[in-house]
Amino acid sequence: MDILVCIKQVPGTSKVEVDPVTGVLKRDGVDSKMNPYDLFALETALKIKEKQGGLIKVITMGPPQAKDVIREAYMMGADEGALVSDRKFAGADVLATSYTLSQGVRKMGNFDLILCGKQTTDGDTAQVGPEMAEYLSIPHIANVLKIIEIKEKSVIVEMDMANTVEIAEIQFPCLLTVDKDIYQPRLPSYRKKLATKDREIKMISLNDFEDKNEKKYGLNGSPTQVERIFPPSVNNDRETWTGSGAQLSLKIAAKLKELKFV
Amino acid sequence: MSKLICNQEKVNESNVEELIKVCPFNAIEYNEGKIEINAGCKMCKICVKKGPDGVMEFIETEEIKVDKSLWKGIGVYVDHVEGVIHPVTMELIGKARELAAVVNFPVYCVFIGSNIKEKAKELLHYGVDEVFVYDFEELKDFRIEPYTAAFEDFVNKVKPSSLLVGATTIGRSLAPRVAARFRTGLTADCTMLEMKENTDLVQIRPAFGGNIMAQILCPNTRPQMSTVRYKVMNAPERQCAPTGKITICDIDRKKLASNIEVLKVTKKEAEDNISDAEVIVAVGRALKSEKDMAMIQELADLLGAQIAGTRPTIEAGWINAKKQIGLSGRTVKPKLIIALGISGAVQFTAGMNSSERIFAVNKDENASIFNVAHYGIVGDIYEIVPQLIENIKNQGAEYCVR
Repeated sequence: MDILVCIKQVPGTSKVEVDPVTGVLKRDGVDSKMNPYDLFALETALKIKEKQGGLIKVITMGPPQAKDVIREAYMMGADEGALVSDRKFAGADVLATSYTLSQGVRKMGNFDLILCGKQTTDGDTAQVGPEMAEYLSIPHIANVLKIIEIKEKSVIVEMDMANTVEIAEIQFPCLLTVDKDIYQPRLPSYRKKLATKDREIKMISLNDFEDKNEKKYGLNGSPTQVERIFPPSVNNDRETWTGSGAQLSLKIAAKLKELKFV
Repeated sequence: MSKLICNQEKVNESNVEELIKVCPFNAIEYNEGKIEINAGCKMCKICVKKGPDGVMEFIETEEIKVDKSLWKGIGVYVDHVEGVIHPVTMELIGKARELAAVVNFPVYCVFIGSNIKEKAKELLHYGVDEVFVYDFEELKDFRIEPYTAAFEDFVNKVKPSSLLVGATTIGRSLAPRVAARFRTGLTADCTMLEMKENTDLVQIRPAFGGNIMAQILCPNTRPQMSTVRYKVMNAPERQCAPTGKITICDIDRKKLASNIEVLKVTKKEAEDNISDAEVIVAVGRALKSEKDMAMIQELADLLGAQIAGTRPTIEAGWINAKKQIGLSGRTVKPKLIIALGISGAVQFTAGMNSSERIFAVNKDENASIFNVAHYGIVGDIYEIVPQLIENIKNQGAEYCVR
């Protein structure tokens, strides 16, 4: 069984500051890494492969430097990888990204199982997995906590439903988004790094897609528009208290009483 | 088609570096004397606004506009498990009513499940105009295909202009599916929503881990969709007299087929959920050892509070991981939160900064927690907390004597 894992390159830190005067983002030494949640998806695929065999393919979308995450996936044990990249994909929102990825997936073959991380650390929407599943016309289950059994035509999973834990069987082909801690992700291996350093990374661009209609990709395929970005409001309505521990603790107690908390 | 273009003739050695630097996504490249935009571009247009004058330009062309007058009303997805309605639903109804008032829209609910007709009546106490109920056995468990089909049916039938969905486990799985089906926009985890006169929904959400806010519009497609986390909006008061009506909907049963079978449902053990807490005492890195949790516990008990923590205290194993506040933990909105020895990294504050009253104690007067605190107390928790406990106890004693 071949498994496809969707991965994304994200900034190494979420500490991005906005210059309050110019409104420009400051990015000092921002490096990139694989979205941490994707490590769990990749590990899940590797665990399944150990039992069932088959190939693990990874797909990512991004600028040319996003190739690095494919290399990283190779170091963990992925067999094949593709980067979906085109200048025409610039400015894609969730919908356009999901559509672009679904086109890329079709280009990579037929898969019984597609795995995604729960969300990314930069976009934080957790929407691309389900939207891709919709575009691929396959069912999905989000927040998978455990793979219980892989059957010939289905997989039994445990999923998190806030107040309950449910066990469900889902027919192939399907897409699962896995929760963190489903399996402890392995570290990239130096041996694999050497062994895969010349392995090909397939490049997929708009011209390779079945649907080449430019209007469906990038900015033009994005129904949402970022009208503006601005720094979060700072709460100006605040007091600062200084003094000795004794004074301060009395003041807090009095305030809590005034506010009817004690 | 709208696009970003570069007026190459205005690029020169003196401004090229400035231009490349202005892009927060490293999406501007200078190759062989030409500026190129790579796939990393998020179309934030910062390069147009803040880059060297006139170099980057955004060309907007007329788009095929949706006929907005055909889409009326604001729909709220009724989040529930086995008919028990999640309180985020009432919060969204409250917000929907505010938004609807601006453009004189009705407020609708869509309630999808099994054996829920009776439970739908409760919604009429919150000022909903019409509740659309899809009550079928196939909808007993949340399964993505039949739920999406019922939701789709509702949208086609009612044509709501905006849809609000709770960012719960179910909502986060269902809303994107529906959005993709209608090829429309969905904005996750909105913290503010406003309605424009032309029925465009202004959606504001934190981006980049809460470091900046993004204001998002969905001007050319309908319905416009947003998810909102629990405890972000305010629920209206329950009215005694019900208003509005319930409409039982029919759907082609074939559309409710699913490739998913739920085999077993296990209730999670009831546990204190910090998202529901009214009072929280949160501790951070300033706590020196696990035994000091005793004083924190004592303070929490006096205030009837739950204890929560920042990531370091969770990683140290002093506090259960489910009690973590922040982007990688829970979002809380208590009436009172006391942050003890917490520096206030955005990853933490993003999960608590909408609390009603925020007290923060920190030794460092420049700690960023003071940017969100209403009462910033510059001091050492080891001096303040024990005395505070005594003071509260004494106040209690005084009260008893009287």
